[in-house]
Amino acid sequence: MSLTGETGAEMLAGGGFSRRHVWILAALVGAAVVAWLIFAIWPAWLSAALISKRAFFSAVLNGLTLSGLYFLVASGFTLVFGLMRNVNLAHGSLYLLGAYIGYEVTNRTGYWLFGVAAGFAVLAVIGVAMQVFVFRHLEGDDLRQTLVTLGISIVAADLMLAVWTGTTYQIPIPSWLDGAVTLPIVTAVRANGELIFLRYTFFRLVVLATAIVIGIGLWFMLNRTRVGMMIRAGVDDRAMLSASGINVHAVFAIVFAVGAGLAGIAGVIGGSVLSVAPGEDVRYLLASLVVVIVGGMGSITGAAIGALLIGLAEQIGLVYFPTYGVVLTFVIMVAVLALRPQGIMGRL
Amino acid sequence: MSELLTAARPRLDGTFLERIGLGNIALVIFLVIYPAVASEFFIVQIGAYSLIWGMLALSLMILAGYGGMVSMAQISIAGVAGYTVAIFGMNHTGVHGFGWPFWILVPFAVLLAALVAGLIGLISNRTEGIYTIMITLAVATGFFYFTQQNYALFNGHSGFAGIDAPKFWGINWRAPVPFYYLCLGCAVLSYAAVLYASRSAYGLTLQAVRDNARRMRALGYDVTRHKVVAYFYSGLIAGMGGVLLVWFNGRISPGTIDVSAAINVLVIAVIGGMRHPIGPFLGAVVVVLIQTFAIDVVGAERYNTLIGLVFLLIVFASPDGILGLWEKAKLRAPREQVFSWIRCGRG
Repeated sequence: MSLTGETGAEMLAGGGFSRRHVWILAALVGAAVVAWLIFAIWPAWLSAALISKRAFFSAVLNGLTLSGLYFLVASGFTLVFGLMRNVNLAHGSLYLLGAYIGYEVTNRTGYWLFGVAAGFAVLAVIGVAMQVFVFRHLEGDDLRQTLVTLGISIVAADLMLAVWTGTTYQIPIPSWLDGAVTLPIVTAVRANGELIFLRYTFFRLVVLATAIVIGIGLWFMLNRTRVGMMIRAGVDDRAMLSASGINVHAVFAIVFAVGAGLAGIAGVIGGSVLSVAPGEDVRYLLASLVVVIVGGMGSITGAAIGALLIGLAEQIGLVYFPTYGVVLTFVIMVAVLALRPQGIMGRL
Repeated sequence: MSELLTAARPRLDGTFLERIGLGNIALVIFLVIYPAVASEFFIVQIGAYSLIWGMLALSLMILAGYGGMVSMAQISIAGVAGYTVAIFGMNHTGVHGFGWPFWILVPFAVLLAALVAGLIGLISNRTEGIYTIMITLAVATGFFYFTQQNYALFNGHSGFAGIDAPKFWGINWRAPVPFYYLCLGCAVLSYAAVLYASRSAYGLTLQAVRDNARRMRALGYDVTRHKVVAYFYSGLIAGMGGVLLVWFNGRISPGTIDVSAAINVLVIAVIGGMRHPIGPFLGAVVVVLIQTFAIDVVGAERYNTLIGLVFLLIVFASPDGILGLWEKAKLRAPREQVFSWIRCGRG
C-alpha cells in the first residue's frame, strides 16, 4: 500500500509523510487521549459534560461486560450462520434454557462452576440434536430452516414459562468471585488531597476476561486446528468441502454444538451477573442479530467488534439518554448497513 | 414460471362477474350475511379479529409471496399507525390526544405507516435474501423496546387506552355489527387491490424481480425501487390493519407490537399460505380459532405451544400452508415450492 506512486509523489513533494505514518500518528494520539482520560484527574468542564468521571467509566465498564456477554451469545450465532446459512432464531431460547439449567444445577449442587459446565454440556447436546433431527432434513432450504427455528422458539418459550413460571431468578455466584476491586482509575480528589479510586464489581471483570479468553480460544480453534480449517473452508464453499471427502455433517454438528454450548455458557454467566426471566430470550436474540449484522456474518472478529460497539452503545446510551438508548443501537446498525451492507468484517 | 405465464394472461374476456370469479362472489356473499347467522362473540372476536389479522398477514404476503422478502416488521408498521391514531386522535390516558377528526387522522396514520414501511424497505434492501428476515426482526424488536422505554412520545409501558372507533353517518362503528362490516370493507378492499395489483405491470415486474433479480437488473429495471414501493404498498394495508386493531382493542401498548405479535403475523401467513392473497385470511381464521378454543384442548396457558406445534407441522408437511394442501388435493401433482426464491435470489 505504502509503495504506490502517489506516496512517492508525496515524498518528493517534501511532505515526508506516507499514509501509514499518518495512521500511526493518529493511533498514537488516540491512545494518548484514551490514557489521559483514564488516568488524569478530569478538569471540571469535562466532568460537567459527561456527568462525572465515575459515571462515565462505570458506563464504559458495564458496556464492556455486556459486550463480553453479547460476544459469547453472538459468536455461536454467527458461526452457525456462516457455515450453514441457518438463521437460528431459537438462539435466544438456547441462551435462556442455559440460564435456567445453570440455575437448577448451581442450586442443587452448590457449585457455580458445575452450573456453567452443565449449561455448556446440555445445550451442546441439544444443539447437536437440533442439527441431526431437524436441520439435516431441510438442508439447502434457508427459509424453511429459519421458520422451523422460529417455531421451536415459540414452543420453547412457552414450555420454559410452564416449567420455571414468570419468576425472576438470580444464579448465586461463589464467594471467591464476589465483591468489588479497586481499579487504578482516579475519579476524584477529596479536599484533604486523598485520591478516590474507582471500585468495580470483581465478577463483572471476570465475565469480561472469560469472554476474551473464549474469544481467543475460538480464534485458535478456527485458525490453528484441523477442525477450524474445515469450518473456514465450509464457510467459503460448502459443496467443495464436501467434495474433498470431508464429512460435512460431522463438521456441522460440531459447529452447532459449540454455538449452542456458548449460548448456554452465556446464559449461566448472564443469569449470574444480571438475572433470568422470560423475555430475556428475545433480548439476546435481538443482541445477536444486531451484533452479527453490524459485525458481518460468519466472522468471529466481526462478532467481537459488533459486540463491543453495541454493548458500549447500550450502556452509555442508558446513562446519557435513557429513553432513547435503543435508538443509538439502531443508528449504528443503519449506518453500517448504509456504508458497508455486508457488515464491518463481512465478505460479499 | 408457469404461475407467471398464467398470471400474464389477464382473463379480460367474459363478463364482469366472470372476471371476478365465482368463488370470490360466493365468499363475499357468505361474509356479508355472516352477522345474520352468527352470535355477537363470533362476529367480533372471531370474524372481525380474523379479518384484521388477515390484513396484517396479507401485508406480509405481498412482500413474501410476490417480492420474496420476508419482513418481520409488519406489526411495527401497524403499530406506527396505531400509535398515530392514539397520539393525534382521542385517548383517555391523558397523554397527548390532539383530537384530530377521524377523516384526517386515519389517512394520516395509514400514510405515515406506509412511509415508515418504505423506510424499513430501504434499510432492509441493503442486503438480500435471508438477511431481510434478520434486519426486519431487529427493527421490530428495537421498535418494541423503544416504545417500552420512551415516555415522551409513546407513554412507555402503559401505552394509550380509551381509543374509540369514530361515530359518523349516524352509526356507532364501535358496535359489533358495524365494526365487523368496517373490517370486512377494509379487508375486501385490500384483498381486491392486491389481486388487481398482482396482475398489473408493476405486480408482474415485482414477481419477476423475486424470481431473478439479477436478470431484471440487467434488463434495466430498478430492482431496489420496485422492492421499496412494494414495502410502501404493504405498509398501506398494514397501517389500515393497525388502525382497526387499535379500535378493536380500544388501546395500544408495547405489548400489542411485541415480538410474539410479529411472529404471529408470520405464523398466520405461513399457515395460510403465501401463493394467493386468500391464504393470509385462511391462516388468520385458523389461528384465531386455535387461540380462542385452545383453552378447551390444552388449558388456558399453553396455547402458544399448540400454535407453535401446528406451525412446525405446516412448515414440515406443507411449505405452502393450507393453500398448498388444498392445491395438492386438487391437482394431486407435486409443485415447485414457493420458498425456492430464496435460493434464486442469492444467485
